[in-house]
Amino acid sequence: MKILRFILQKEFRQIFRDKTILAMMFIAPTIQLIILPLAANFEVKNVNVAYVDLDHSSYSQKLVNKIASSGYFHIKGNPASYKEGLKMIAHGDADLVLEIPPGFERNLVREGSQKISLSVDAINGTKASLGGAYLVSVLADFNSSLDVNIKLPNGTSAAPAAKISIAGSNWYNPRAEYKYYMVPGILVLLLTMIGGFITALNIVKEKEIGTIEQINVTPIRKWQFILGKLIPFWIVGMIVFTIGLTVMYLVYGIFPKGSLLVLYLFAAVYLVALLGLGLLISTFAETQLQAMFIAYFFMMIFMLMSGFFTSTDSMPGWARTLSNFTPVTHFIKVVRLIVLKGSGLRDVGTELLYLIAFAFALNGAAVWNYRKTK
Amino acid sequence: MSSVRVKNIIKTYGEVKAVDNVSFEVQKGELFGLIGPDGAGKTSIFRILTTLLLADSGTATVDGYDVVKDYQAIRNRVGYMPGRFSLYQDLTVKENLTFFATVFGTSIEENYALIKDIYEQIRPFNNRRAGKLSGGMKQKLALCCALIHKPAILFLDEPTTGVDVVSRKEFWDMLNQLKKQGITIVVSTPYMDEAMLCDRIALIQNGSIMSINTPDHIVQSFPKPLFAAKADNIYRLLQDLRADTEVESCYAFGEYLHLTLRVKDGNEHTISAIAAKYNPGGFEVKRIAPAIEDCFIELMGNE
Repeated sequence: MKILRFILQKEFRQIFRDKTILAMMFIAPTIQLIILPLAANFEVKNVNVAYVDLDHSSYSQKLVNKIASSGYFHIKGNPASYKEGLKMIAHGDADLVLEIPPGFERNLVREGSQKISLSVDAINGTKASLGGAYLVSVLADFNSSLDVNIKLPNGTSAAPAAKISIAGSNWYNPRAEYKYYMVPGILVLLLTMIGGFITALNIVKEKEIGTIEQINVTPIRKWQFILGKLIPFWIVGMIVFTIGLTVMYLVYGIFPKGSLLVLYLFAAVYLVALLGLGLLISTFAETQLQAMFIAYFFMMIFMLMSGFFTSTDSMPGWARTLSNFTPVTHFIKVVRLIVLKGSGLRDVGTELLYLIAFAFALNGAAVWNYRKTK
Repeated sequence: MSSVRVKNIIKTYGEVKAVDNVSFEVQKGELFGLIGPDGAGKTSIFRILTTLLLADSGTATVDGYDVVKDYQAIRNRVGYMPGRFSLYQDLTVKENLTFFATVFGTSIEENYALIKDIYEQIRPFNNRRAGKLSGGMKQKLALCCALIHKPAILFLDEPTTGVDVVSRKEFWDMLNQLKKQGITIVVSTPYMDEAMLCDRIALIQNGSIMSINTPDHIVQSFPKPLFAAKADNIYRLLQDLRADTEVESCYAFGEYLHLTLRVKDGNEHTISAIAAKYNPGGFEVKRIAPAIEDCFIELMGNE
């Protein structure tokens, strides 16, 4: 126990002495938490539209005005032909080209129907599909408010056609704001960085510099050395988590709906699991560069598979199974549930078991793989 | 009683035999040198004896403890200074020393007498980070850290490699002081001149020991008269003598060539006669006493 205390003392001294890493651990997360949720946004705004108006009627003018006033679109130009419109897409000036054919108004009034063409630049898939869908709904709205549809030729009002209207409400995130989805996720990523990667780098550094050699000929036991590495970063992780929660409250006004205690319980277990991962990486890597690359590999998997950006529910079956095998998935899910929905321990108990299993598996593998004598 | 006993140790890395059936003993209180070039297997032997590496076969005891079974006991009893400086560069001199003292359950004050002479020299830099010390200072700090728990046996792996001549001499003086305090010291070095400073040495090459004895005995057992010769064009002379059938070995040694003859009873005149065939300008020859390096080269030739 006494030896462990001296090791901890030494570790903390080293952590506080390395100003760059210290700044990376405490300041970088704060900055990320402030910047990223504001920048990263899946809502599609600023869709650039070019329209080809071959009709030049009052209806076509009305349609263009309606699109421009919806708030999602920028009218970028009014090319004379469809061909020129496509050129604008080719140059990246426009995302959508709407072609209003000649006889648009006449056909609407006389025939009661008219087709118009919509061409979408699908390089950015999300923007294309969402932008296209927005425009279609603007068109539908325009369609339903047309004079010809609501007025009979003799000027009297017609009985409106029966219609199902939908009134939706977004639960747990009433204004469907993206930041409520993002912020808890980023908080989790920060913990992942501290827990998994800085630990790995720290241990590998001892290998690289050769200090581990000197440690190994002392009576320091394996478990003492490992605990000496894990405890400081566990504490640092909890502090960063607290800073993260504070930033979340101060900047975004998000305060966990559920119990803080449960949230911290999860963070504590999650950190133990991730520290195990860091430890495991450090047993494989001989140099910090190797550790960086292994860590980076896991980071990418975690980011893209954990439901941080895209919902795990829409993944193919194999990917969903795989994502269940990353601890990040479970923790992100739980943090969102507790922070936004206010779930209690009973609701997320399974996830806790998952995390405990991860903690045991990762640490077990690491200890098994870490041998003092080769 | 022997402090270190090594018996038929073999260690291979893949195809390479790093340590090939090595056996030796080190007596208590002895200053024992492992002398050999880089890659001879010195570090592997050290790592096996300090319980950092497991041998493929063979046994070894340190201070009476088996290196495999009783490794924990050994770690309490030995001081190890690896070839590469491996203290915490971001901790200060004082912090490093305190840390290593405390993990051994002791304090600087308790064993101060042992490190006093060495520590006094680096004490003015107590609050300097270890990474910012000069090479000689780092080495003194490493020695202090290896000594702070009063080990029975000190393992020093190439402690003087990359250290200037003055610091090297100082370092060996320190080792002799430590020896007087009854500490067994096992040291490795690629510098043959340092071999003379050890009580006994083992000449090691390609993982196996060629000879173990006191330096004097090794020098005395040199089988033939040794000559030093030089000429104005020393490179030409080297080529000529090497090609000559009467010359057994010839190699450059500083400004002289060292050579032995195939016949056992040659003298300076024999050499002059051989050399005269090649008409070297400014030729000189004298008989010399062999040094460890000559013995090493001679033994290598025999292998």
